[in-house]
Amino acid sequence: MYSEKVMEHFTNPRNVGEIENADGVGLVGNPVCGDVMKLFIKVEDGKIADVKFKTFGCGAAIATSSMVTEMVKGKTLEEALAISNKAVAEALDGLPPNKMHCSNLAADALHKAIEDYRDKVKTKA
Amino acid sequence: MMKVYLDHNATTPLDPQVLEAMMPYLREEFGNASSIHQWGRRARAALEDSRVKIAALLGADKDCVVFTGGGTEADNLAIKGVAWANQDKGRHIVTSTVEHHAVLHTCEFLAKQGFEITFLPVDGKGRLDPEDLRKAIRPDTILVTLMHANNETGALFPLREIGQIAKEKKVPFHTDAIQTFCKVPLNVEEDHVDLLSLSAHKIYGPKGVGALYIRKGTKMVATLHGGSQERKRRPGTENVAGAVGFSRAAELLFADREKEGNRLSTLRDQLQRGLMEKIPQVLLNGDPDHRLPGTLNMSFEFVEGESLILSLDMEGIAVSSGSACTSGSLEPSHVLLAMGIPHEVCHGSLRFSLGRGTTKEQIDYVLEVLPRIVARLRAMSPLAQT
Repeated sequence: MYSEKVMEHFTNPRNVGEIENADGVGLVGNPVCGDVMKLFIKVEDGKIADVKFKTFGCGAAIATSSMVTEMVKGKTLEEALAISNKAVAEALDGLPPNKMHCSNLAADALHKAIEDYRDKVKTKA
Repeated sequence: MMKVYLDHNATTPLDPQVLEAMMPYLREEFGNASSIHQWGRRARAALEDSRVKIAALLGADKDCVVFTGGGTEADNLAIKGVAWANQDKGRHIVTSTVEHHAVLHTCEFLAKQGFEITFLPVDGKGRLDPEDLRKAIRPDTILVTLMHANNETGALFPLREIGQIAKEKKVPFHTDAIQTFCKVPLNVEEDHVDLLSLSAHKIYGPKGVGALYIRKGTKMVATLHGGSQERKRRPGTENVAGAVGFSRAAELLFADREKEGNRLSTLRDQLQRGLMEKIPQVLLNGDPDHRLPGTLNMSFEFVEGESLILSLDMEGIAVSSGSACTSGSLEPSHVLLAMGIPHEVCHGSLRFSLGRGTTKEQIDYVLEVLPRIVARLRAMSPLAQT
């Protein structure tokens, strides 16, 4: 059902955890649906210096969370915003059709984290 | 690493003795049981012998047993067959919220045709109150269909009381006994059952064959049309090898049922106790007092079922789950939801269904492996308190 890459990210997920006093936090999904992703970012000089995630969900949910953090580390905020759910799924060598929505969640969590960061910056200013 | 199959409610391995019994009918005894010549007669004899055996195990007359292509087909035949034959008398059917999809979706299909379906509720443990049935039956009720045991939780419905009520009200009573045949006491006379569905592959028999018991005098129509096999109740060239395998599997399991039932419930209880001791925040789903001996349904808070299954699979352990991700739909198990279990708890459920090959060693292995898996997934979960 799942590609080798998905299983690899499921078994050895990258960047699991939380960032205290994160610069941006993106929370998507809800327990009722069976998928919750929380993404934390640390921003320095307009780049994502650090990223961590916590996920409640299936194999695809965990793998896509892990992959998106790997893809985004060190990127600029603009580059990060350009990462689509398709890109995440492709990076994992594809997902079963009924699991594509999990990749949506991963991209959405990232975009929300960046939005949160920008909101925080605006409020400070 | 050990290979541990704990998904017997999904399907069971073919018993070697069953395969042996089937072989002649897959090889040299290939005759069509309806043929007049000797090939046909030998096939016919084997088919009828199988019918007699299965009927006897139910306390039924052999002419009341119809072989079908599986349990789902038996459910369809029972429900559609009775509904369509009696629709001039009424169009009301009573069932429950926790039936297998073969019953539920058939009822929903009939609802689209203008039948009215009452879905009786269950309580938090999956139990049905027979009084709810009594109140639900109306003058225009033409069928009651209520399962004997739930395939997800193992919870047993009070078959005899239900049958008694339906009999008093003179409404045909169908039960899906697919998970209970040859496992718990079942007798069509004592339990007042008019129609009863069975499936071979749940009892170490082959896939693709089942049976429907139909009480003599039950007004119904066939759902398939064709030749006149099975007294026109189920046309099509008979699956002799399947029927032979089915009856052999039934004989073997029935002979052993009490000993095996005790053995399974002991192992199941050990697994349940062990998991509750070793893993915090776990919940039991279903009636602990009246359930199938080998079934255990539990929820593990803050983690999701499919990721549990994948992790267990990597360690050689096979189970199933009530999570939405494993159901192929957006909703988790309708059975667990009907019991009032919150969505997120349904998503974190696992069903362990033990069987003949299950040993204490295997249970110990699961108890060693699963706590680690749950801990790993909880460490990743935003819902778990760190």
